[in-house]
Amino acid sequence: MSDANAASPEPAIRFVDVCKSFGERARRHLVLDRVTFSVPQGKTTVIAGGSGQGKSVILKLILGLLRPDSGQVLVGETNVSVMGYKALQELRMLFGVLFQGAALFDSLTVFENIALPLRERTKLSDQEIRNKVTATLEQLDLTGHDEKFPAQLSGGMKKRVGLARALQLDPKIVLFDEPTTGLDPVMTKEIYELFSMTQQRLGYTAVIVSHDIPQIFALADQIVLLNKGELDVFTEASQVPYSTKPSIREFARLVMGQQAA
Amino acid sequence: MTQNEQQPVAVLRIVGTIGDQALYILTDLGRMGVFLFFALIGLFKPPFRFKELIKQLGFIGAGSLTVIFFTALSSGMVLGLQGYYSLNKFGAEGMLGSAVSLTLIMELGPVLTALMVAGRAGSAMCAEIGIMRISEQIDALECMAIDPFRYLISPKFLAALISVPLLTAVFDVVGIMGGYLAGVNLMEVNGGSFFAGMQQSVTNHDIRLGVIKSFVFALLIVWICTGRGYFVQKIRGAGFGAESVSKVTTQAVVISSISVLIFDYLLTAVLL
Repeated sequence: MSDANAASPEPAIRFVDVCKSFGERARRHLVLDRVTFSVPQGKTTVIAGGSGQGKSVILKLILGLLRPDSGQVLVGETNVSVMGYKALQELRMLFGVLFQGAALFDSLTVFENIALPLRERTKLSDQEIRNKVTATLEQLDLTGHDEKFPAQLSGGMKKRVGLARALQLDPKIVLFDEPTTGLDPVMTKEIYELFSMTQQRLGYTAVIVSHDIPQIFALADQIVLLNKGELDVFTEASQVPYSTKPSIREFARLVMGQQAA
Repeated sequence: MTQNEQQPVAVLRIVGTIGDQALYILTDLGRMGVFLFFALIGLFKPPFRFKELIKQLGFIGAGSLTVIFFTALSSGMVLGLQGYYSLNKFGAEGMLGSAVSLTLIMELGPVLTALMVAGRAGSAMCAEIGIMRISEQIDALECMAIDPFRYLISPKFLAALISVPLLTAVFDVVGIMGGYLAGVNLMEVNGGSFFAGMQQSVTNHDIRLGVIKSFVFALLIVWICTGRGYFVQKIRGAGFGAESVSKVTTQAVVISSISVLIFDYLLTAVLL
């Protein structure tokens, strides 16, 4: 199923007729079926849907970690689907990614985790890296935790460290994979506030994959809903229950309860 | 459906399964080949991770010294005793030094060192990379445009290629000392003839064969163990999560040990 939405004249990311399936031949499972949508620049796009509907697959397609079976994934004017390894490496410099489990390196301290992209991808001196990381630790309220290892951190702190690491190279686009999964409501609110604060300050394009519905809609400039192979795009959370797609309406009723009725 | 009609269907199913398995093995071999290529390329890509190399040398090399020492001592002493028992029958105890040293340098040293390293360090490397894969740490590296081969895999390759030949040399020396202890000190073989026999029979060719074997075995172990960990999610039947890492780690140690034994025969046949 497909849908299109050109919310911005120059979208940061575009999916054009993208299909993606998994599994081996006879057991093949189609996750994305001719998906078409755009992510406007400098705005926040929330991709929501039930488990196994292909939300995280969309993020991996954007990053070139997966290739579509057919269709195009465009970042700016560049088709990620056909890029070689080196070109992909360069393109990924545009991105920051906050993974579902934060994906911090177990053997590195908080400081070393945050400093890693600076050490590996810039020519900054040790002192400059130290200053930049220390400033980030202060901004994200992580001062005093810099020598701890990820195993010694709470879920919320891991996410903050993951966000700090994702923002080190001043990315143009930041992808969030289930940023509040496993967090309590207080910590969830804290992560949302942190997200709003950093986005206002840095002005990046944000793509958030989440099933924290409807709370996550408060952050969205655009909502992409996926359910049972159908996709619909909205600019207001209030439009969701009135989708023209039956499976999206059904999903909205299930997750938004009375609001959708 | 009659029995006659069912037969072709069953045959087709068997052929399909065999073909499917053959395709999987080919795909897997191809994947591992590409992995080896990128890991070797990563050895020459700056910036080089000297600290990580030192850490890996410590883990694979220095950390394996104890197990290598005791394996070598035990093997050497057993060789000394059994060699004495066999040679004594022909009144050729004077050849004990030659028998012990040639067996250790060309055969037991490289093979047992490789098997010990596969069991101790290979399993750990496979589990480490596998856990990094399932917890998205390798994806995170790729997203930060950091080459996971250069950053993670290549230092392990280099450390193994340096450590295993050195450990083999340690094994040979300790093993020969073990043979000397058992043969000369316990069985009262003449010490002078033990070393003289060794000096006369061991040639540069024999030592070269041992060194070549240890390099090849090091490459096999580090390639198979890191490669299985790297592709933990693509290995058929491995399952998911922690279970997949545990199964693939066992598989990596078994495959690398069998490969060492197969290549031991091939190298001996070709180079002897």
